[in-house]
Amino acid sequence: MVNGINLALQFLDSFAFIVLAAAGLAIIFGIMGVINLAHGEFILIGAYTATLAVTQLGLPLVVAMVVGGLVTGLFGILTERVIISGAWPNYISQRTLGRDVIDPLYDRLADSMVATFGLSLILTQGARIRFGNSIDQIATPFGAISYGAFSYSTYRIVLAGVSIGLLLATYYLFTRTDFGMRARATIQDKETAQAMGVNTDRMYMLTFGIGSALAGLTGALFAPVISMQPTLGDQFLVEAFVAVVVGGPSVVLGTALSGGVLGAILATFSNLYGTFIGRIALLVAALIALRFLPDGITGFIEQLRQRRQESD
Amino acid sequence: MSRNSANGGANRSLPSRLRSRFEGPNTIGESRGFWVGFAVAVAVLVVYPVFGDGSQLSLFMVLALLGLSLSVVWGYSGVLSFGQVVFFGIGAYTFGVVSINYATPGGITAAVVAGIVGGGLSAAILGYFMFYGGVRDVYVTIITLVSTIVMHTFMAQTAGSEWAIGEAALGGFNGMPDIPLLTLGIEGASYQFIYNPFPMRVIGIGAFEISPFYYLVLLLLIGTYLGLRILVNSDYGRVMVAVREDEDRTEMFGYNVTRVKFVVFTLGGALAGLSGVLYAARNVYIDPTVFSLLFATLPVIWVSIGGRKSLLGAVVATLAVEYLRISMAGELALVLLGTLLLVTILVLPSGFVPWLHEQLVETRLGPGEAGGADAPDASSEVSD
Repeated sequence: MVNGINLALQFLDSFAFIVLAAAGLAIIFGIMGVINLAHGEFILIGAYTATLAVTQLGLPLVVAMVVGGLVTGLFGILTERVIISGAWPNYISQRTLGRDVIDPLYDRLADSMVATFGLSLILTQGARIRFGNSIDQIATPFGAISYGAFSYSTYRIVLAGVSIGLLLATYYLFTRTDFGMRARATIQDKETAQAMGVNTDRMYMLTFGIGSALAGLTGALFAPVISMQPTLGDQFLVEAFVAVVVGGPSVVLGTALSGGVLGAILATFSNLYGTFIGRIALLVAALIALRFLPDGITGFIEQLRQRRQESD
Repeated sequence: MSRNSANGGANRSLPSRLRSRFEGPNTIGESRGFWVGFAVAVAVLVVYPVFGDGSQLSLFMVLALLGLSLSVVWGYSGVLSFGQVVFFGIGAYTFGVVSINYATPGGITAAVVAGIVGGGLSAAILGYFMFYGGVRDVYVTIITLVSTIVMHTFMAQTAGSEWAIGEAALGGFNGMPDIPLLTLGIEGASYQFIYNPFPMRVIGIGAFEISPFYYLVLLLLIGTYLGLRILVNSDYGRVMVAVREDEDRTEMFGYNVTRVKFVVFTLGGALAGLSGVLYAARNVYIDPTVFSLLFATLPVIWVSIGGRKSLLGAVVATLAVEYLRISMAGELALVLLGTLLLVTILVLPSGFVPWLHEQLVETRLGPGEAGGADAPDASSEVSD
């Protein structure tokens, strides 16, 4: 029984970790066709901002976490304007050289990966130069709950709740609001959306901002439980990329489903054989999933749905 | 461009027929001037150890082989792989394990072969799963990236004594020291390439020592470069480029796209394995940092900056970037490297060497005559 509780808690923990790690990446990839290799560094910005807001400015933890998300979101918008769309450099070069110097990186997957990797090098090393190899951490809030001979950090259970809440909020934002309608129209057919009066440029900017803010919030949420060093973003990358690959084209549903499936695999194997085997199992699961479902889980669901429609 | 195949045939001289195998639309540099320049560059590299630090340059040339492997896989076949270092590392570790267990000249020679085969085989296995599993485009990239991270995690935790193959302990983060000195040949007829400087005396310069390893690597690099030029300008190379430009169209023409990608990926793996073997042999040591995220992206940086569709670009950029990286070894080095990468990919997406070539051709022909430079990129079309 107690072992069952252990496993359930570990599953919640893995689920929250995967969903939070992947959410920002999935939105930016699914909607803009941009692979953000600086995703880990966006998480870093959120984590550092939240931590410094608590230790230096003395803000309450919850406020600090929101600040972490907001600052990262703003940084994301800046990144989008300067690097991804090249709007600001092009504005300057139009005035001085009379031509554009940068092609937007939308749907140029390989180029976007290389460019954002350059950004990630700058950010990691910049953080190391500015803040050193580590900064003071904030204490884990809420204490622990105990059952039987075990105890478990309450904060980690809160994290699972927050991850579900974020998924729901993102789902609501992209399916039930005017903004979501415009964003989805931009993904489906950029030209038609423009013709219908959607400012697609602004949609891309805001989407990148929201994806970045989610990454930053992830960093802020995990700030009390991971060590604060410039490379902290790396530990999210495997889970984030695997979840995006396994999830497939539908952003929110895909992230939720792959978080569930991969979370179960990660929790089970980590619980039985240790963290390393858990990670290997995660990769093997991803390889198997891609071998049989090349478009991920949601691509497979979409295929089933189409087949049923055809047979009707 | 001056080559006219209708004009070719038996009445052409042997050198020009030989030369035509190295030239074609898929590589830059087909003028007489280019080959003269190439010969001069090789001559400079041959005498370089007399004046400069040949040991450092030999490391850069080893890494240039790794850059070439990515250039073939990504630049010519369109498969962006962050996993070249996986095959590089597997080649290096295989070389280490085999040579430590069989530390005789014959055993070490076999270890070199084993390292190359190890790199190729691991690429074949990963490639089989990906390409025959229908994994495409960016998902291939993500899987190669994830396998790099997993290899790093795996090798980093092999510190315990249970992680040993024969007498070779994998050693976790501490790596694998005491790799035997690279010796090629069989018992009785072998030659040691590492720590076996060759004393020379030239009138006017004086006495100096040259390292046989430097010349081994130089020979391998030139051979690989010319060999790859033949490959990418052959019929098979044209199919590779067709796959890069438009997979669906190439499939429609009756080519087995999956097999082309699989074969090229395996070849790239073997080449990365060779590079890894030489890396481990030169340093007499190998550790898991070769699987780290930074090292995994270095080949992508070299190839992007030099020009992914140019073999020469890969070699030149590897040498240049590594030289910069070593000589700026301060904490700002990575920031500058990142900025260089970012600016190159944004402003010169096709890379530095093709851009330079374009400028040279334009000045020679005069503006307006150099057609084709603005030809639309087929890969940017929407394929579905």
